[in-house]
Amino acid sequence: MSQWTAFFNILAKDVHAYYLKPPNISWGLLFPLAWTGMFFIKSGQGLEDVLGLLPGVVALSILFGTTSMLAVTVTFEKKNRSFERLLLSPISLELLMLAKTGGAIIFGLANAFVPVIMASFLTDLSSIAWGSFFMAVLLIAIASAFLGLFIAVAVSEVFEAQTFSNFFRFPMVFLCGLFFPIAKLPVFLRPLSYALPLTYGVDVLHGSVQSTNIMPMYLDLVVLAGFCILLFAGSLHNIKRKWIM
Amino acid sequence: MNAVEVRNLSKSFEDVKAVDKISFVVKKGEMFGFLGPNGAGKTTTINMLTGLARPDQGSIRVHGKDYLKNLKTIKQSIGVVPDESNLYPELSGLENLCFCAALYGMKKAERTAKAWELLEQFGLKEAAFRKFGAYSKGMKRKLTIAAGIIHDPEILFLDEPTTGIDVASARQIRMLIARLHETGKTVFLTTHYIEEAERLCERIAFIVSGRIVRIDTMENLLQPMQEEHLAEIICTRGEKQAVDLLGKEFKDLVFNNTGRNAGRSFSRDKEAGEEHVRVKSGEPIPVGRLVRFLEENGIQVIEARLLRSSLEDVFVRITGIEAKELLKVTETKRHGKKKKAGGGT
Repeated sequence: MSQWTAFFNILAKDVHAYYLKPPNISWGLLFPLAWTGMFFIKSGQGLEDVLGLLPGVVALSILFGTTSMLAVTVTFEKKNRSFERLLLSPISLELLMLAKTGGAIIFGLANAFVPVIMASFLTDLSSIAWGSFFMAVLLIAIASAFLGLFIAVAVSEVFEAQTFSNFFRFPMVFLCGLFFPIAKLPVFLRPLSYALPLTYGVDVLHGSVQSTNIMPMYLDLVVLAGFCILLFAGSLHNIKRKWIM
Repeated sequence: MNAVEVRNLSKSFEDVKAVDKISFVVKKGEMFGFLGPNGAGKTTTINMLTGLARPDQGSIRVHGKDYLKNLKTIKQSIGVVPDESNLYPELSGLENLCFCAALYGMKKAERTAKAWELLEQFGLKEAAFRKFGAYSKGMKRKLTIAAGIIHDPEILFLDEPTTGIDVASARQIRMLIARLHETGKTVFLTTHYIEEAERLCERIAFIVSGRIVRIDTMENLLQPMQEEHLAEIICTRGEKQAVDLLGKEFKDLVFNNTGRNAGRSFSRDKEAGEEHVRVKSGEPIPVGRLVRFLEENGIQVIEARLLRSSLEDVFVRITGIEAKELLKVTETKRHGKKKKAGGGT
């Protein structure tokens, strides 16, 4: 029970100290707005295309909001040594890292639903399969948060966390099937697409919104969950190796 | 039962042996000093004792339990105050303390009450709602100590608690540490301030270059030095050296020219035309006779005083190194290293 007290307080502290800060709230609102506007203008189509844009905007909003926030906050705490205080406390490393990533996951979920709420004013969303849509959003948020954690453990400076995040994020954006269908990518890039977690998340979102998924949705969700486990286990391994020397 | 038992503990960073097969015991309720220059291995030892570093070899037992096998239980019973304040700058003093208490599973009402109690005890009540980032260095250290004891640990690890803060704050912190010890807590104190260890600790371990060179009680450490009488005479530099004149007249006493006094360098003393003579004897030193003798021989005495043997003398005697010189050298080395590695050894 005492471990859960620590868990919820770490989570609440992060939400209060980082994610509910006005600059982050405005980032969380502006970023999806900007993406939606950009896609909408680029498509040159009418309001009927809003549904077609939704999966992409949702996926990017989660990815960009979550990875950078977690990578930056953890690196910042590591740098000013307040993270040491968490490592000294009698909470298991697994639960501690889940608490640290929890805030970013919530932030990612909130970011995801900004474009959904906007879309609800522009078009009819009743055709969306909400169950699989929500599962995809949740797993993308978890995978992105764990990717942020993985990045945070690999770097020592806050600016490195930002740069390193982009190293992962931009290839993912272009290769996950959002801008170009995977089938139209050069043959040598296709295997790379399938090595990225966002590809599977985007596929479930496409399936949930317009039934245009290219793989079975259950398979997408299983693979995405596998990525989450892999990224979390890899991060824990690196923390034990690099931070508890 | 011993609070902490360490056997053959070693730790290397790449090819640098930071801690080399050290063994010691800290008794329950004891104030144990871990004394050594910067870079001697104090922080590495404390990191191993608190679970922040893994030993390459050796064993640690806390209250008789194997540390690595009972890490969670043991972490609950220890408090750690690191060498740098590591609380959250964006949280207030009160929020920081409540958060630290929550990490140890304390309930909301309990942690709020305890936080206010500590803020009062540490003289920080007025700054309770101020952000930690806006605290002065001394206040930060005090709040960090309060955060280390909020869960009422049985053993408290203090790493360089007074480093880098002003004299008044350091004095207050020493008083707080002494008070904590009076409440029955076992205190493991690392410091490179010899006087601090002398004032606070019951037993001392000297660590130099990762090895413990001596462990003993303060009494035993100071005993041989107390049998020695010391005095220092500062006089004007005349045609003849005071040290030579005194040596010829008082053959049962040992005279040495020392280059420094009260922080002044030898060259500055030389420029100022002063001579510093240290007198050593197994018997009480007749300072008055020495002063009269020098003045009769045309040398003006500026100051003459009896010196008390200190832990610094013990340190010098045991390690064979002039303590202040050693600290200066290692501090310079560490500074360069810290820039590269981002931490101490």
